[in-house]
Order: sequence, then structure tokens, then C-alpha cells
Amino acid sequence: MISRRHFLHATAAAHALAVASGLGPLGRAAAQQRLSEQDILRFEPLGQVTILHVTDIHAQLMPLYFREPSINLGVGPAKGKPPHLTDQAFRDHFKVGGGTAEAHALTADDFTQLARTYGRMGGMDRVARLISAVRAERGADKVLLLDGGDTWQGSWTALQTRGDDMVQVMNALGVEAMTSHWEFTYGEDRVKELAEKSKAAFLAQNVRDNEWQEAVFEPRKTFEKGGAKIAVIGQAFPRTPIANPRWMIPKWEFGLREEDIQKQVDEARAEGADVVILLSHNGFDVDAKLATRVNGIDVILTAHTHDAMPGVVTAGRTILVASGSHGKFISRLDLDIRDKKVSGYRYKLLPVFSDAITPDPSMAGLIDAIRKPFAAELAQEIGRTESLLFRRGNFNGTFDDLIAQAMLAERDAEIALTPGFRWGATLLPGDPITFDAIANATAITYPACYRMEMTGAQLKDVLEDVADNIFHPDPYFQGGGDMVRVGGVGYAIDVSAPMGRRISDLTLLKTGRPLEASKAYTVAGWASVNQGTQGPPIWDVVKSHVARHKTIRIEPNAAVKVTGA
Amino acid sequence: MAGPIVYRTRRNVLHMAALAAATSVIAPSLSKADSKAVEAEIKKLYDGKAMSEGRIKLDVPQIAENGLVVPITVDVESPMTEQNYVKAVHVYADGNPLPGVLTFRFSPLSGRASASTRMRLAQTQNIVAVAEMSDGSLFTTKAEVKVTIGGCGG
Repeated sequence: MISRRHFLHATAAAHALAVASGLGPLGRAAAQQRLSEQDILRFEPLGQVTILHVTDIHAQLMPLYFREPSINLGVGPAKGKPPHLTDQAFRDHFKVGGGTAEAHALTADDFTQLARTYGRMGGMDRVARLISAVRAERGADKVLLLDGGDTWQGSWTALQTRGDDMVQVMNALGVEAMTSHWEFTYGEDRVKELAEKSKAAFLAQNVRDNEWQEAVFEPRKTFEKGGAKIAVIGQAFPRTPIANPRWMIPKWEFGLREEDIQKQVDEARAEGADVVILLSHNGFDVDAKLATRVNGIDVILTAHTHDAMPGVVTAGRTILVASGSHGKFISRLDLDIRDKKVSGYRYKLLPVFSDAITPDPSMAGLIDAIRKPFAAELAQEIGRTESLLFRRGNFNGTFDDLIAQAMLAERDAEIALTPGFRWGATLLPGDPITFDAIANATAITYPACYRMEMTGAQLKDVLEDVADNIFHPDPYFQGGGDMVRVGGVGYAIDVSAPMGRRISDLTLLKTGRPLEASKAYTVAGWASVNQGTQGPPIWDVVKSHVARHKTIRIEPNAAVKVTGA
Repeated sequence: MAGPIVYRTRRNVLHMAALAAATSVIAPSLSKADSKAVEAEIKKLYDGKAMSEGRIKLDVPQIAENGLVVPITVDVESPMTEQNYVKAVHVYADGNPLPGVLTFRFSPLSGRASASTRMRLAQTQNIVAVAEMSDGSLFTTKAEVKVTIGGCGG
């Protein structure tokens, strides 16, 4: 049970959110030291049941570097509260020492130096090892392993096998239920096929066929663990048909469907569930609001926004868990259940430090077998980077700057638009840029790099629209993701202004002159949600740009001026 | 996979669809797509009669997945007896070139004043529903539907 001492009240919040903090023994043991496997796994078990949660792995089978954001603004009720804290503020809040292994895992400053000290994170063979260890210690019949989705997309092998490699890996891992978002970008038929092949129940209460409004997937499933009945309700990303191509899933409707979640909770309780879990891909802020509006959810396992927090957030009786992304972390949540209620819990975010963890041999073998047919292609060194290439951040990332520069040069455009995806591995200065690395930032099923004309006014509309999807003060209007990255153009943004008035001072960087509203500019971009988009796949565009320059150097990007934060 | 979970029966949906199709009488026509002006025009259509809030449940998505077919359901609280029933529900979209979108007509035989259909919305706007009761009283409610180009997710 979390004692009073361990509670840090965020503020007298509108949402009544409170934060339970602490890395437990790990934080204290670790200052300036590498962690051992035992340090990572150390946990005093509690109650009858252990929930393990992984999410947003984005098909990353191999250990990687992944830099967390240095800018992650919260708006409205989320302003200045976890997970919208970065660097020193994050470390202060969660009592993480600067320069420690956890600081490296969870924050962005001094990333290169700490990455060289503490090494890569993740790797599904390491994830498998930790999960086996928890099962062995706790008893497999007491452990429930859940996956929050965004699992089948994000690498070259996942794209080439159309998600099959990840289904094999997650089956081997013994995942019992999952929900979904990017999975849907393989199209209706393929998703159904893989959902059948997956041993995990594919749960999505909010996906309906648009003719009869019938559930397309199982909405929830009950598991018996440690003598307790645990109902798991699946919630797919509600805005999939807006954020991703609707034409790939033309017969399905999504949406938040809050009232239907309530019905699922009530039905589960009526069937005698001791614990109700929402396995969600809503995004953290959406779930924080939902927790205050839907009654009777014990735990929300959040996903989508890629937040990693070494402590839970509570809203009323509901516990919110944020397990990070890319296989960097596994969440362990022990529940003490008495009289059909969660009477206590203990939580730890297990950091998957690749160098400290012995790879699970059978998972390592499976990963080798999956990558072997593509090995030569993946290992191809296209160039090298002198700069840290990362993606996360609300307004830009150096990897996105590289993609934008590639589009401007290779597609002979004045302006480049590259989406604010939160997935994709980080490269350290001096690292080779392999085809594997390029694919990790670009592998999607709608990769065409288009070239078209757009007026200054149209570009402003696009930026306003995307900004409203990120900085709308009501989380239910937020879509997750970050601002679309703009190459060739600078702008100012007031994140606290209303829709239509956030963006100003659009400037064509090449000339230093304001963008003209009625003038047409040549724009290159990728990941268009429109059917029939023409152009070469984005990985080829980036590849030929890197091949041409061999050495990549990205200067700090000062083209976006942010106010109102 | 478990059997499909359906909260609205097929028969119900068919019934509603048939009903929606049968009501070809469109709400009195307006032509100005401006939120305030449309509100004033709606008031005029009902001779400036007082409209109360409530009784209507207007179910539209906060964010449209597809502006071409935005689902709408109206459900008005009423005993639906000969003495006390909902005569009609008029729906207006204040950003449409012709804001009068549709009218659902009911009788005591309808049993329930509830109907669904889909409408086309080109941009973010308010949907206004006005229910006419058998005693001549009016109820209204409104909801905003956001039509967005999206933004790419995590």
C-alpha cells in the first residue's frame, strides 16, 4: 500500500489528480551507477495480483536509444503537471537524481553523455527476460501481461511482414490482451487476420461497423489471476480515422464512447469482477479526464502519448499508469484485493537497460530469425551523423529536421511538412545512419512523399488545425502527437490562444520575408491521409539525401517561437 | 471473439432510418451561415416564442470522423400519449449554406421520440435542435461538432 508519506499532491487540481512518486529502492541505489538486473527487478510483492503493462513498442525488436522530450507542454488543467514536466522539473517532481540511470531513461538533458554511460534501452529479448523473472518470482498464475497497442508498426521488418513479426514476438512473450492504434494502418482485412493469429485478445470497445453500429472486436475480457476476477476493457485510439487514413478502414467507426465504457464497467461489475482495468490508447490527458467522468475503473493503463512516469497518478479511486514507449520500460503494478475492491497497490516502472539484462535466448533466436531475411538491407550504412538525431518535442526534433531537409532538397520544394510522430529511435553523434535507422523513423503503410502547391493561407490553416489538436484546453479535443514539423518556414505560436489565432509571423526562411496568404508555394510532405497520394516513399527520399551528403549535421532549430506556455 | 455487443437493436435502427427517410419536409429554410444570425433566424421562425433548454438529448460526435457522414441522434423525453407528445424535431447546422438540415416528425404512435440519421458538415459548427411539443411549447439544445483535417498521432 502506498503510504501517505509517498503522496505528493500535484496541486489542488481541477481534476483532483494526485501523484504517487518514488522509484523505491532503485532510485536510491543507483546514483551515478549502472543498475544490475536485480536492481531493476527489485520489488516487494503485494496482494494477490501483478499487472504487467507494455505499450507503444512501435515494433522495436532491438535495443535502442530513445530521447524523451525536452518540451512537452500541458494546456488547460494539465499545465505544469505530470506528465507535462521535463528535465529538472521532472526529476524534482519524481525525486530522480541528476546524472543517474533513471535520469537518462526519463529525461532529455545531457542525453548524449548519459547514453554513453548507461547504454541502450529496450530490446524484446530483454523485455522477455524481465517478464519471465517476474512470472517466476510471483507465480505465473498471478501475473497478467497487457499490451496497450502501437505494437505492430514502426520498423522495416514490421512493414515488410505487415505486422506478422510483432504478432510472433508478442505471442512468444505471452501477452494476454491488447488494444490498438497504428495496427489499423494495415487495413481492415489484415487487422482481422492478425487479431485471429494473435494469442492476445484484441480488445476495442469503441470500434463499430458503420452500417449496423455493431462491435467489430471483443470489448472486454475477464481473466482469473491469483483467485481474483480481473475485467479488462479495451479502448482503441478514438481518433484513428482522423489521424490516420480513413480509407484503409472504411467500414469502421471509432470515437471515445464514454457512455459505452461506463456500460462495460457496470456489466463487468455485475458479472462479479473484483478489478476493472481500462487498457487504453486514448492518450494520458484524455484518460485523466475520463477517470473523473466514468465511475468504477480501478486502473487505467495509458498509452499513445508515450509518457513514462516512475509513479502513478490518481484521480479519485482510479490509478493511472504511464509506461513509456519503444520497449524502454515495463510497468509492474501489484494489487491487494479485499472484499471485491482494490485496497492497496504498489507500482514500479522497470527500466529496460539493455546492457544490464541478459537476453532471453529463445526470444533472441526469434528476433534473429525475423531480421535475417532483411539483414543486409537493414545493415546498409547510408551515412553518419555528427549531431544527436531525435524526434520527441512539441515543435521540432533533429531527426525531423533531417527528413524536412531531405524533402526540400530531393523534391525541390520551398516548404516541407513532416508529421509530429512521437515514435522513432534516436541516433547519437558519430552513429552510422543505417537503412534500419531511417526505416525506424519512417516505416508506415502510406509513405508517399508528395509535392504540391499550397498558398500561405492554406499552410496557416494546416498549422492552426494541427495546433488545435495538440493545444486545445479540453483534452477530449486533443489527438496526441506533436506539432507538424515545417521545413523552410518559421512561425510564432501562442499555445494559449484559441483556434485560428495561435499561429503568426509565418516567414519563408530562405528570403526572410513573410509568407503571402494568396501566393502559392511548392510544398513537399509525407504521410498524407488522402487516398491516391503520389510520390516516392519517404525512406527513399531520406536515403538519397543522406547518401549524397554522407555526413549529416543538424544545426539547432530556432524557427518556431513559442509563447503562452 | 465474443458475439457482437449491440446497444441499439437492428430493428430499431431500421425503424429510425425509415422514419428519417419518410420525413422529407425540411426545416424552414434559412440561408445565412453565421452562428449568431442563424440563432436569431431560428427564433423568428417560431415567432420569437420562448424556447426552454432540456428534454432533448442530441447525440453528435464532438469531433467528426468524416464530415461527409456525421451521425446524429435525437431523443426527446416525452410520455408520447395523445395528450402529450413530441410533434417534430427540427435540426439546424449553423455553418451550412442552408442551415435547415432536417425535420423528424412524430405522433403518439411513434412510441418514442427518437431518431437517427447522418448529415454532411463542411466545417466546425453548431448543431441546433428544436423540439415542438403537442402543447405548442418549444425545447432547444445545441452541440458543436468539430470537423478537422487531423494531425498525426503518437
